[in-house]
Amino acid sequence: MDFKDAYVWVNVEFILRGFLMTLEVAAAAIALSFLIGCIAGTARYMRIPAVSPVAAFLVETVRNLPLLLIIFFTKFALPEIGIKLGVAEAAIAALTVFEAAMISEIVRSGLNSIPKGQIEASRSSGLTSFQTLWHIVLPQGLRRMVPPLVSQFISLLKDTSLAVIISLPELMHNANIVIGHNYRTAVPILVLAAILYFAANFTLSLVSRRLETRMA
Amino acid sequence: MLDFSILTDHFGTYLTGLGQTVYASVLALAGSFLLGTLLAVFRITPAKPLRWIGTAYVEFVRNIPLLLVVFLFFLGLPPLGVVLSPFACGTLGLTVYTAAFIAEAVRAGILSVPKGQMEAARSSGLSYGMSMRLIVLPQAVKIVIPPLNNQFINLIKNSSILSVISGFDLMFYADRIASETFVIFSTYIFAGLFYLLLTVPLSFATGWLERRLARND
Amino acid sequence: MRKRRWLAVGVAVLVITVLTLAGCGKKEENNTKGASPSSSPSASSASSGTAAGGTPTLDAIKNRGKLVVGVKFDTRLFGLKDPATGKVEGFDIDIAKGLAKELLGDESKVELKEVTSKTRIPMINNGDIDLIIATMTITEDRKKEVDFSDVYFKAGQSLLVKKGSPIQSIDDIKKGTKVIGVKGSTSVLNIAEKAPDATVLEFDNYQDAFTALKAGQGDALTTDNAILYGMASQDPNYEVVGGTFTDEPYGIAVKKGNADLVAFVNDYLKKLHDSGEYDKLYEKWIGETPIQQ
Repeated sequence: MDFKDAYVWVNVEFILRGFLMTLEVAAAAIALSFLIGCIAGTARYMRIPAVSPVAAFLVETVRNLPLLLIIFFTKFALPEIGIKLGVAEAAIAALTVFEAAMISEIVRSGLNSIPKGQIEASRSSGLTSFQTLWHIVLPQGLRRMVPPLVSQFISLLKDTSLAVIISLPELMHNANIVIGHNYRTAVPILVLAAILYFAANFTLSLVSRRLETRMA
Repeated sequence: MLDFSILTDHFGTYLTGLGQTVYASVLALAGSFLLGTLLAVFRITPAKPLRWIGTAYVEFVRNIPLLLVVFLFFLGLPPLGVVLSPFACGTLGLTVYTAAFIAEAVRAGILSVPKGQMEAARSSGLSYGMSMRLIVLPQAVKIVIPPLNNQFINLIKNSSILSVISGFDLMFYADRIASETFVIFSTYIFAGLFYLLLTVPLSFATGWLERRLARND
Repeated sequence: MRKRRWLAVGVAVLVITVLTLAGCGKKEENNTKGASPSSSPSASSASSGTAAGGTPTLDAIKNRGKLVVGVKFDTRLFGLKDPATGKVEGFDIDIAKGLAKELLGDESKVELKEVTSKTRIPMINNGDIDLIIATMTITEDRKKEVDFSDVYFKAGQSLLVKKGSPIQSIDDIKKGTKVIGVKGSTSVLNIAEKAPDATVLEFDNYQDAFTALKAGQGDALTTDNAILYGMASQDPNYEVVGGTFTDEPYGIAVKKGNADLVAFVNDYLKKLHDSGEYDKLYEKWIGETPIQQ
């Protein structure tokens, strides 16, 4: 263990550059997966003929597969059927698909948690089913979804590390490079990486707590 | 589109990997259930230091990637003179990581048991540990089973990380098949199907358990 | 009314996403037709075009103004990324730069993309890169997947061990000996053949493999001698032992059918040898003059 050699500025800067890539990829995937997850979750909740069963099938398949496999597959197998993505794009696409499947389940159970009586009442007072969803179910459901959503976002941020297998220059990839140059820096560098992940995720959960109190 | 000769020619290889994946997942499930329960009890005991340890563990481990935990075992132990096989490092990493999530599930289960039960047990002369073990935990288990099942699914999926450190799991053998045959698409589709073979039935079982428990309430 | 605004924002985001995705798809298509030589439509025309004497692949690269080469980022002496400078350096890199200079008149008109032994063939077949210059051995099996240039480097498989190790040659590998290799490399196939009793551990790249050796996860690391010398030069506690037990002729790979690119690469390699430039490169990275062929 060699803390002095590990924390020279060259290494720290290199690790931070990887951290920046981690944050960028995570931010893009969070935005996209939230959007798609909301749509898929609502589609399943509303029981639209043809759409809901398809959404259910896709969601169940994707969320029961290892993300590592999905990432590798997106970058190296999809081109065989004409979908070509760069390394960062492939990482974002794979994370988005996987986390959107998870988020759709959160959205669906959040919507399902609204008592049926409320829906019936609003329907009988003349609102359409879409209006009911928009004015009655969503505002209440969203509030309940915040904690599980944020913990899903935390998972996503951690899962970006799996993109090492397609050589995305993110935090773990760069940490491996530094360790490859000098093995004695392994533990200090891994500790530094852990602190960075922890800081990012802890910030996320603080924001979530803020949001919860504000929405309540 | 799909090259079925990959499946037929390498069926044995896939099965070997599948076996190791199941083995790692089951070992890690057992280990993380024990460790997770211990942590959950730590988090709700009246003893402050224990509570602090439990909370620190859960908060820290939940916020760092599994890959990092596995690397800590894989690269961090040897300088201390402990060299474990890649499979052992991977399984230990999975155990330590999953325990943090199981601890939360078990804690929620324990908290769902009415306080009166513990008080009644204590007042009838049982120690804190005995009340916990004999009265509270058995009741908590019922609530804990569905989330535990979910963690088992996660373990099976997460065990693919063993491939990164040469852990001889399903994903590792898929890499090997792809390297030998140069067939990427079909190789990983079949690997994915093998994972689904394990996870989809478990996923249905979780749904079924949740519905049953909801009915019983 | 706040809810309305949210709806509007939501719809806008959705529309933008769809449009961007559609736009990306189109761009990709354009690339396929115009710039990327290794993607399927132009590749098929490349093979037929070359027969008629055209150079469609080279033209496509010239139009793009950039040669995209897949190289190792983790292999000392051949392609290694230095965290301090962010630059990738090595024998393979100098060849890539030389090719860019020859074709486009400027060695900076090369884009280096990281490949590993596991990912390089899919990368070239998928059109991510024009060339693989990444310590890649020419084998019959690989010839079915890609086309190779002439041999540009002669290596042979060997073993790297910690100094003082009881393993001094391939014959010392017994049942239970743990040998570390890299996924998708010829070395792991060879070692399974030459020492079938060994347990072969496979990692994604050479750097992770060497880290695993240093962590005591294996008794020896096996790959081509030149790569092993690079590792030994980085850490004096390790040494290459036992000489070579295979021949590993390295070639530069292109996507199947891009005959004009192969011809161009071969011409360049010949020039490199004739001018004596090759020997200089060899000395610069490997440290001795190459054995005369």
